[in-house]
Amino acid sequence: MSPRAAWRLESLGFTEVYEYSAGKADWGAFGLPLEGKGTKSVRIKDIARTDVPTCGLADKVGMARQRAAGWDTCIVVNQERVVLGRLFKEQLDGDPGANVGDVMRPGTSTFRPNVNVTEMLEYMDRRHHETSLVTTPDGRLVGLVLREDLERAATPRS
Amino acid sequence: MHRVVDREEVQRLMREGAQVVEVLPREEYAEEHLPGAINIPLKELDAKTASALRKDRPLVVYCHDFQ
Repeated sequence: MSPRAAWRLESLGFTEVYEYSAGKADWGAFGLPLEGKGTKSVRIKDIARTDVPTCGLADKVGMARQRAAGWDTCIVVNQERVVLGRLFKEQLDGDPGANVGDVMRPGTSTFRPNVNVTEMLEYMDRRHHETSLVTTPDGRLVGLVLREDLERAATPRS
Repeated sequence: MHRVVDREEVQRLMREGAQVVEVLPREEYAEEHLPGAINIPLKELDAKTASALRKDRPLVVYCHDFQ
């Protein structure tokens, strides 16, 4: 649709026309602000815990455990903060000398920042998940959403 | 000829005062649109509706995604 609009505008005499072909789906998926009546609902980017602990592939599990004090997970990222995997309590409680890259769970599901909290909660209910990772479409870590935060955000305040 | 731009370039153009136009139907625009964007549905895009736009400023058009 936008290519046709761009061509049409050029035919009407506009000389500097740009086409944002990825459109508002891309804009929203990167967590950028939108306007409109649909933006009043809470999105997971609004409640994601951005202070979730992270570690690198080459780190030792013992180091990840220290960083993850008070949490039961540690997110494995590269230097660009792209998510490579995740350590859960089971891995964090394992051999402290093991390499994170050898024990991490690589196939963790991720969700875009503009997902509605109610939809996120329904998904997690179906799969019995307590937490979910939020990343941009290019895989960069935004944060971790917790069930308790989702339930609070999804409940209408009286 | 118009150029396809990505998100970062759209942000730069917006900072520099580009006009942003969503060409989706009114209902979709009302639901969500880029900050400051105006709505000219593609079906209504002609010389009359485009007269609301300035020809001396850059113009960014978009819809939902690659459709």
